[in-house]
Amino acid sequence: MSEQPETYTAAAEVGAVRKRRTRLERAGLLLKSAPPSAWFGMIVVTLYILVAIFADVLAPYGEAEIHPAAFAPWSDEFFFGTDQIGRDVLTRLIYGARNTMGIALATTFLSFLIGGGLGLAAAINRSWLDQALSRFVDVLMAIPSLIFALMLLSIFGSTITSLILIIAVLDSTRVFRLTRAVAVNVAVMDYVEAAKLRGEGLSWIMRREILPNIMPPLVAEFGLRFCFVFLTIAALSFLGVGIQPPTADWGSMVRANASLIQFAKYDMTAAITPLLPAAAIALLTVAVNFIVDWFLQKTSGLRDDK
Amino acid sequence: MTNEPDASNEILLEMRGIRIDGYSDEQWHPIIKGVDLTLRRGEIMGLIGESGAGKSTLGKAAMGYTQPGCKLTGGSIMFDGIDLAKASDREKRKLWGTRIAYVAQSAAASFNPAHRLIDQTVESSTRRGIRPDAESRADAVELFRALQLPDPETIGSRYPHQVSGGQLQRVMTAMAMSPRPDLIIFDEPTTALDVTTQVEVLAAMRNIVEEFNTAAIYITHDLAVVAQMADFIQVLRYGEEVEQAPTRQMLTKPEMPYTKSLWSVRALEKPEVKGEDIVLSIDHVDAAYGPLKVLHDVSISLPRGRTVAVVGESGSGKSTTARVMTGLLPPLTGTIMFNGEPLPPALKDRSKDQLQRIQMIYQMADTAMNPRQTVETIIGRPLEFYLGLTGKAREERVIELLKMIELDGSFLDRLPSELSGGQKQRICIARALAAKPDIIICDEVTSALDQIVQEGILKLLLRLQKEFNITYLFITHDIATVKAISDEIVVMFEGKVVEQGLKSEILSPPFPEYTQLLLSSVPEMDPDWLTNLLAARSA
Repeated sequence: MSEQPETYTAAAEVGAVRKRRTRLERAGLLLKSAPPSAWFGMIVVTLYILVAIFADVLAPYGEAEIHPAAFAPWSDEFFFGTDQIGRDVLTRLIYGARNTMGIALATTFLSFLIGGGLGLAAAINRSWLDQALSRFVDVLMAIPSLIFALMLLSIFGSTITSLILIIAVLDSTRVFRLTRAVAVNVAVMDYVEAAKLRGEGLSWIMRREILPNIMPPLVAEFGLRFCFVFLTIAALSFLGVGIQPPTADWGSMVRANASLIQFAKYDMTAAITPLLPAAAIALLTVAVNFIVDWFLQKTSGLRDDK
Repeated sequence: MTNEPDASNEILLEMRGIRIDGYSDEQWHPIIKGVDLTLRRGEIMGLIGESGAGKSTLGKAAMGYTQPGCKLTGGSIMFDGIDLAKASDREKRKLWGTRIAYVAQSAAASFNPAHRLIDQTVESSTRRGIRPDAESRADAVELFRALQLPDPETIGSRYPHQVSGGQLQRVMTAMAMSPRPDLIIFDEPTTALDVTTQVEVLAAMRNIVEEFNTAAIYITHDLAVVAQMADFIQVLRYGEEVEQAPTRQMLTKPEMPYTKSLWSVRALEKPEVKGEDIVLSIDHVDAAYGPLKVLHDVSISLPRGRTVAVVGESGSGKSTTARVMTGLLPPLTGTIMFNGEPLPPALKDRSKDQLQRIQMIYQMADTAMNPRQTVETIIGRPLEFYLGLTGKAREERVIELLKMIELDGSFLDRLPSELSGGQKQRICIARALAAKPDIIICDEVTSALDQIVQEGILKLLLRLQKEFNITYLFITHDIATVKAISDEIVVMFEGKVVEQGLKSEILSPPFPEYTQLLLSSVPEMDPDWLTNLLAARSA
């Protein structure tokens, strides 16, 4: 605002504009403003990811390696003891990170692909397609998802593929609802109409005109959905229809060693063993939620005025 | 209210050296840079300037109020012996709503939709104990009557959504008037209204302020409106006073070059040229949104290289006509002819070439551009889509287009949020231009802009028309804009075409009844215009 020309020129209307920052600079600024809870969340998630990637290096034994001593106590040889058939608990915790998180991530991505894609299409189309999809989703949502998943898994068998597909489809109903709701608001903007008038196809309008403008709620939802998928997988594994042995996973580990809790009066560490995978799940869920909370606060514009 | 200021009256409000800073981009910027203002009892002062000039901020400061994100950094605000700049919030609250009242631009957004109008009108009088509730209610009915609201006895029992925008604005004036304040601040109260409604609201506000000898600050960017209302006018720019003078003197002999340029805006006029070669025509078109029929037997033709202006108040079917032409709303009956061939009624049946030749520019440039796309993408997409330009060729063409609209290559990387209102509209023009169209449909493209920016956009459109022989369909409710840009005029009312013809024919008598009403409602730069008009209408 330093220059104030007497006569009118269009280019001078808005003078000095902040210089465009690169993506990296913007990310740096963003990180600097992160509150401690978000930092905690990011550090925990990073650690989990590192453990999952380097599982082979970190784990002292093989994933399904069986040792002679079942239910061995905590010792130097078996840091967290062994389980009911003599597998090292620490090893299986480490591999569990890879399996459970990998499957949860794949499932969440898939559910966003299905739910998000259909939600956008329904929001743009608004005709019979919207009606058909929305009603179908209503029906799916009316059935308790855990019971429905149990039923489907017992029909199709508990392979990893069917596990991913079934949970993804069931979860995509929520994603569909959210995407449709936020996309409908954007779909009525003039720039979407302008794109239609230009003759753009559905795919361009979805990807380039609407999607970038509804990203914040979707990203936040992604974090939350990831936690729920994670919990669903753990719950299904606990019930015995989730990830099947010998693949290590945290839900079934809780189930296999659950009976150890009653030995608390003899050996405290034995009782803690089944709680370790549960704690791993809880910690990750809390960490992801911290990050999501921070992200939501950043994008919702409901920041406290300084 | 066109008396010369009377120096004998007692000074009600005196603001000295007001400085206000606003917080944006992580630092404080001055918004108001030392403005003085003096208002005596019973005077009406007009405060004009472009958006961003600080007129609303100054108006609110007269109440001792600053918006969140703004702070008063200097100066004194003496209101009847009280320094509002130093007064506590508690003291100020006692004055607000009783001795100082504020009428906001959007009445619809300022009323609580859950309460009846009369309850909201008397709230401040009753709750502050100015008079008993029953008296306040009786008084409110009198105010409704004085403001010429229909059914003054019963209109108060309605809810805000049950009255029209113009009526709501008058109820809001009654609400401000109810505690008999010493000062009322009107912040663009008629900007959102149609011209025909605006006249009624202006007359009502002027009468009531005159009747109770209330002092008022009238904030607007419309010079013709302020000329009707104010005793004297203060012009603001960049948070500084440009000029201040009694209304008549200001209108006839403005001194500063900036004020003169403001005044000259409305003088822009294009000589009309008759066009023969019809590029697009719609013939006996009926159209409806669901069961609601909005267009009745509408026929309009656009001669090549000319501008056809469609005028009418909101709800008259102007924009719907545009939607029919673009194919967004296929008509029920009737045909659309383009370059002598029938054009498919629905958008999806039109060829890419047909789509390319009809482009559209929207009223709100804000919502017409994707906020996540840079200027280069916005202008570049039609180039890529229709003309297959990519990479370097595309970028060069975008810069060329930017130069055509008087901007330059430094804008390539900007997002719409980094542009001013006028620049945004220019980018939209460039986007339409990029497709090399035959026709551009302009839907109220200048109505959201300041006068000077409007003039710039209109001149640009005229120049582009000359250079590329483009045909415009120009939808507007502003007669000054019509005079400036059109060759032919179509007057619409309630979904029907009232008149169509050359500008000179339409704008000269004899007028059909509706055209007469529309034309006479457009404020003129004459302080006596409203008085004369009201006298003529009641006669």
